[in-house]
Amino acid sequence: MNGNNLNLKLKIWRQPSPKAVGAFKDYSVSVSPDASILEMLDELNNDLERRSEEPVVFESDCREGICGTCGLVINGQPHGPIPKIATCQLHMRHFKDGDTIYIEPFRAKAFPVIKDLAVDRSAFDKIIQAGGYISVNTGGVPDANEIPINKNIASEAFDSAACIGCGACVAACKNGSAMLFVSAKVSQFALLPQGQSERKERVEAMVATMDEMGFGSCTNTYACEAECPKGISVRNIARLNREFLIASLSSQNVEE
Amino acid sequence: MGWFSTFINSSIGKKLIMALTGLLLIIFLIIHLLGNLTLFAGADAFNTYAGTLKKFEPIVRVIEVLLTIIFVLHIYNGAVLWWTNRKAKGSLYAVNARSKETNIFARTTIQTGSIIFIFLVIHLQTFWYPSNFSGGEINLYGLVTGWFAQPVYSGFYIFAMILLGFHLNHGFQSAFQTFGWNHKKYFPLIQKIGTLYAILTALLFASIPVYFLFFHGGN
Ligand code: HEM
Ligand code: SF4
Ligand code: FES
Repeated sequence: MNGNNLNLKLKIWRQPSPKAVGAFKDYSVSVSPDASILEMLDELNNDLERRSEEPVVFESDCREGICGTCGLVINGQPHGPIPKIATCQLHMRHFKDGDTIYIEPFRAKAFPVIKDLAVDRSAFDKIIQAGGYISVNTGGVPDANEIPINKNIASEAFDSAACIGCGACVAACKNGSAMLFVSAKVSQFALLPQGQSERKERVEAMVATMDEMGFGSCTNTYACEAECPKGISVRNIARLNREFLIASLSSQNVEE
Repeated sequence: MGWFSTFINSSIGKKLIMALTGLLLIIFLIIHLLGNLTLFAGADAFNTYAGTLKKFEPIVRVIEVLLTIIFVLHIYNGAVLWWTNRKAKGSLYAVNARSKETNIFARTTIQTGSIIFIFLVIHLQTFWYPSNFSGGEINLYGLVTGWFAQPVYSGFYIFAMILLGFHLNHGFQSAFQTFGWNHKKYFPLIQKIGTLYAILTALLFASIPVYFLFFHGGN
């Protein structure tokens, strides 16, 4: 503890199990401005364990903004108030001494709470399973640059591929819509030659699964883009709409 | 029609209906507005305009049926989407940060749409129904200006037009995005055109009751 520490009041969502009724619980902490918000929760959990209380459950892995595992809603904003960073990259220096901070889980019907701040995002995995892949022949590794790809196209595909699958777009959306995530995944393949063979089936299958999983539809409020830690553009959603329209009208899929 | 019903009942399919019907309504509003503006030219001009429409009655009837279908699809789908989206969200956050992420026009389409719907019912009841079912010729100019002389009627009319402007400011660009027409080069322009269209539509429609209420002594 030193003199620079921030004294904060935390209101943290505690929910013992998926079906249980959750509620905010108050905690007072003193934290270094250099700590990340997850480090602050680590310290709080150490304290809680010392007092034989249940630690706060939250998820994280890389803690450098690349894996998409972390994801908290901080004062109503997924990944907190600073644009284009993940929760693990949010440092306490952005808060003032005496602040009250609300920490909640992502909220969407398709992301049920498992416990406290951890939510079940397996609906994203189902969407990826439905079409987020390409088929390649087994055998030797293909040579690099064997297929020529225009630099602009490659960059655009890379921008879409920057999505880390965190689910903040769903959490930010007033409709619990997964359109930004799905559009990024569809785009990265639709733009590249390797994605062409399954192009139409992919978008049909991924949208069908997205609807099945209970995500809402897109009303173009663009909250997702504002909260996305990777700055995925809503132009991807426009592309998804286009891809879906064309695929629906022209794919070989007649039955369903 | 297995594939077609799957397509049209999907989340994106429903949105494409919203966008298509919305754009058609946007075109309809332009035509409707141009006709209404003849009110400023006086009783003769407006009644002549209304009389011309009567001459083409069969065509007008077909357009009315199409408009009804378009409105029903737009309103029904809008309500269904709003309801399913509400359920998909579930509970809300303790701190409301919506204003940092979105603008008010985008957040309130169901509210503005609902007021427009109430307006539409009153509008048809007071103007469309008498002009078609009162038996024989009526002085439409007198009917319209008579209603506009009533402050409550004109007040709600003006209020509804402002909200229509809200709806259109979001809706115009939203329809383009839904169709997938979002290009780095052109989309900022589409957004500006949408805002201009929304302001002009709301102002010009609302200017008519304002004129007859305040400047034209109620007749
Ligand atoms: C002349 C009247 C109207 C016009 C020109 C109009 C136009 C539009 C347009 C262009 C959109 C955007 C579509 C998109 O996002 O792709 C829209 C959305 C919407 N409209 Fe209207 N509209 C009108 C009346 C109404 C009415 C009466 C309602 C009644 C409920 C309504 C409810 C909605 C809703 C809820 C949305 C959002 C749908 C969504 O994004 O999921 N609108 N409208
Ligand atoms: S689009 Fe952005 S917010 Fe959504 S899952 Fe991907 S990285 Fe997260
Ligand atoms: S823990 Fe990996 S992105 Fe935050």
